[in-house]
Amino acid sequence: MSAVEDVATQAPAVEAVPKRAMTLGAGTSLMVLALLLIVPLFVKNFIIFQMTMLLIYGVAVLALNILTGGSGQFSLGQSAFYAIGAYTSAILMEQYDVNYALTLPVAGVVCFAAGFLFGQPALRLSGVYLALATFALATAMPQLLKLGYFEKWTGGVQGLVVTKPDAPFGLHMSQDVWLYYFTLVITVAIYIFSVNLLRSRSGRAFMAIRDNEIAASAMGVDVALYKTLAFGVSAGITGVAGGLGAIAVQFVAPDSYTINFAIALFLGMVVGGVGWLPGSFIGSAFIIFVPNIAENISKGLSGAVFGVLLFLVIFLMPHGARQIAVVGQQLLGRLRK
Amino acid sequence: MHFRHSLHAAVLAAAIAGFVSSTAFAQKKYDNGVTDTEIRIGNIMPYSGPASAYGVIGKTEAAYFNKINAEGGINGRKINFISYDDAYSPPKAVEQARRLVENDEVLLIFNSLGTPSNSAIEKYMNAKKVPQLFVATGASKWNNPMDFPWTMGWQPSYQAEAHIYAAYLLKEKPGGKIAVLFQDDDFGKDYIKGLKDALGPQASMIVAVESYETSEPSIDDHIVKFKAAGADVFLSVTTPKFAAQAIKRAAEIDWHPLQIVVNVSSSVGAVMKPAGFENSQGILSANYAKDAADPQWDNDPGMKKFVDFMAQYYADGNKLDAATVFGYGAAQTLVQVLKHCGDDLTRDNVMKQAASLKDFQPDTLLPGITINTSPADFAPIKQLQMMRFKGEKWDMFGDIMSGDLTH
Amino acid sequence: MELFTNQILAGISTGAIYACLALAVVMIYQAIDHLNFAQGEMAMFSTFISWQLMQWGIPYWVAFVITIAFSFAAGIAIERVLFRPLAKAPILTNVAGFIALYSIINSSAGLIWDFTIKQYPTPFGSAPFLGSQLISTHQAGMIGVTLLLLVALYVFFQYTRVGLAMRAAASLPESARLVGINTSWMIALGWGMAAAIGAIAGILIAPVVFLEPNMMLGTLIYGFAAAVLGGLTSPFGAVVGGFLVGIFENLAGTYIPYAGNELKLPIALALIVSILVVKPAGLFGRHIVKRV
Repeated sequence: MSAVEDVATQAPAVEAVPKRAMTLGAGTSLMVLALLLIVPLFVKNFIIFQMTMLLIYGVAVLALNILTGGSGQFSLGQSAFYAIGAYTSAILMEQYDVNYALTLPVAGVVCFAAGFLFGQPALRLSGVYLALATFALATAMPQLLKLGYFEKWTGGVQGLVVTKPDAPFGLHMSQDVWLYYFTLVITVAIYIFSVNLLRSRSGRAFMAIRDNEIAASAMGVDVALYKTLAFGVSAGITGVAGGLGAIAVQFVAPDSYTINFAIALFLGMVVGGVGWLPGSFIGSAFIIFVPNIAENISKGLSGAVFGVLLFLVIFLMPHGARQIAVVGQQLLGRLRK
Repeated sequence: MHFRHSLHAAVLAAAIAGFVSSTAFAQKKYDNGVTDTEIRIGNIMPYSGPASAYGVIGKTEAAYFNKINAEGGINGRKINFISYDDAYSPPKAVEQARRLVENDEVLLIFNSLGTPSNSAIEKYMNAKKVPQLFVATGASKWNNPMDFPWTMGWQPSYQAEAHIYAAYLLKEKPGGKIAVLFQDDDFGKDYIKGLKDALGPQASMIVAVESYETSEPSIDDHIVKFKAAGADVFLSVTTPKFAAQAIKRAAEIDWHPLQIVVNVSSSVGAVMKPAGFENSQGILSANYAKDAADPQWDNDPGMKKFVDFMAQYYADGNKLDAATVFGYGAAQTLVQVLKHCGDDLTRDNVMKQAASLKDFQPDTLLPGITINTSPADFAPIKQLQMMRFKGEKWDMFGDIMSGDLTH
Repeated sequence: MELFTNQILAGISTGAIYACLALAVVMIYQAIDHLNFAQGEMAMFSTFISWQLMQWGIPYWVAFVITIAFSFAAGIAIERVLFRPLAKAPILTNVAGFIALYSIINSSAGLIWDFTIKQYPTPFGSAPFLGSQLISTHQAGMIGVTLLLLVALYVFFQYTRVGLAMRAAASLPESARLVGINTSWMIALGWGMAAAIGAIAGILIAPVVFLEPNMMLGTLIYGFAAAVLGGLTSPFGAVVGGFLVGIFENLAGTYIPYAGNELKLPIALALIVSILVVKPAGLFGRHIVKRV
């Protein structure tokens, strides 16, 4: 069998993002945070629910960004880890009466382990092969969840209904508002953690592996360790998002976590800008709201309208929302002069 | 003195006038979604995604409400039918339910489709005390007024249907070897449970049980296994595409068991015709509604109304598709309930009226099958009649059977 | 033993479906070095076009030829209009483009032809093949056409100038350009050919699975898996991969107790992943040596 030489200086699937540009500037971040804190006071419960889902999906896309944008591993399987996190939370809450807040770290740890384990065989795969392997994982997950063997915990195809928690200490808040602030705190914590992770030594190792795996290993980076670590961390964060998702939607079922969800998360990452962490939330907004917009435009052709809108976005911004942020920053810089 | 009396009288008169006028206003009681001229009805259907074939039901219902509005509405109020797509995904269904109840402020959610989606929103709907009326799924769990007083089904439950098939098999083919192919979700599993319950000690008649996923391209290999297992009865708990594949494959490999397809897949246009009429002879099923492909209903007044409706309001639709018949029947039931509410259009009263339907027969149900509900009985349709496929249509036979367990 | 042979035979006939589609997948991979998620939908749409032509009275083989020509042209058009502007964009953006294309085609097909299943004729008839009741003449015909396509593709890539040019453009674009190959049009050609092969696959598959907009949903996953298993650079591998996946899936379903039937797809995919771990380029793929 002849070998084909591949020159590894070709452009990688994911391009390098300068460290500073991985996040928003401090001023913008604070503004966004303030906005997120105040808005719930003025809107209906339903909008608060949607914002909660936006944060939750944003965290899931963030996790994918760490994996793909950070360490260059292409994953279409995040829905599987989200499902594991969601079910962990649901089972702990409903079958074992664990307090909802405590289920989240457990979900995170369980998914970290799952991701780390999955990362092992995935070490030898890259690019389209890794995509297929993760795709396989995502397709397998709903079927595993339906398996009769696990039915007494998972509820089988019927799924489990999850009880929404009330605000603690008797605070006068609706369940939705409390859950929103709870989610917001966790989201900010995970965001700060991720930013620091990517700026740290591990983050640099991830990016070295992403840019040129062979060179990285030649320079002493433990490629195997960091690749599986990236999978683990990404899965763990997705698991926490899954747990929050289970509480927000109040229901888990195998049908909620199909490959369509993994594809949606992937689209969210691309639209937001691969490797640009703040873009995760823009991407998440895209996958939540644009299908609704498409449905409003045409019920029969909602899929086609969605596809067209997606094309528009990727034509105008092939590098995702980060492009707009960069352009914005440049404009601001010029204004200052 | 006189002045005092007249003041008393005036106050009394005013009080009486106030009381009279307040009772007059008390005749019109509205909850969210109702005004003097409009009733907002919510609905969630899979218009995209793997179950999009059922979106036809929502489209038929929208057309039916257009017809009602064109004829003057219900007690002078037009129906505003707001239907959203959930792509058969439970989290999306939750979002759409919340949108309908909190954003669009509908009076009730009608005929939302799919067991997973309805399971996802059941708790919310009951907590918010919004009727989740006539859900479009046959899972038996919707008949539970004790725990979920705001949720009601419509079609006969899958378990009830399975009981009827089991009773038939016990009577007509007592020594049979049954093979079951079922879809691996609650639709399929409900039938299995119903079958096993009704067969009781005779459950050993089942020699092969196979499940399949909707993601499988074709279910041919399961049929091969059934033939190898020597089964002579085949219960096909499948959705239309897979039912047709099974019929075709069985004919191809020269396997001719007594085949029963479930009601969901008994549509002539969607299943029997693509599978091939010559392959479908002798297949059994059961139905509670009339089939537009059956010429015996050509002069039936109810079906005539249905056919006219399709021609005028939903010309793109295919009247041979059982989904359109389903949507029509369910919509007609809702209109009946709303009519009975009169001017008391509170959610409480809607559920009350829905739970007191007596012998109501929509245009499309088989003669002899009627809708009956009570505060303890949230299963509107409980009866089915068996039918055998002959030529190019279904021949009804036997009595109208109820799906209650008899032993 | 009889069950075993039966399942193998049944596996070969389902495998033919996967092999067909896997060929289209390999074709597109040769052209653009990536998997096109919309491949199945394009095949489905082409099959609907041929169905519609037949509904209008055009005979089977005429409709067949028109559809292949149309698909070829449409494939090139899609590439020129939608994906050429994305040539400089990152690969992941292109993948998002494939997903968008999938959405558009699936939704449009649903609107135009609705979701009820339609019967699709076969030129090979449905009688038992050689007296065997497990393979119908149609399925035998499907296997035959797949093998024919395979030979045609092999000849194309190995022995024609255009085929060589395409291979060059896919593996080393810069060098290919230096030698005068118009790499941009090679990509378009690859798309066109992949669309045409997909159309043939769809036309062969539809009689078995019935024609409807979601018909390629499950098949595409298996097609990818088969192509990857066989090696994405090898059409021969794709076909072998298709048959292997079909056979293995059936055997797993029959012989692995308890979960075998419920977990057919995950088990098949797990097998493929394990083979990839041992042989990262697939069974017959060319091993890529990476140089820094």
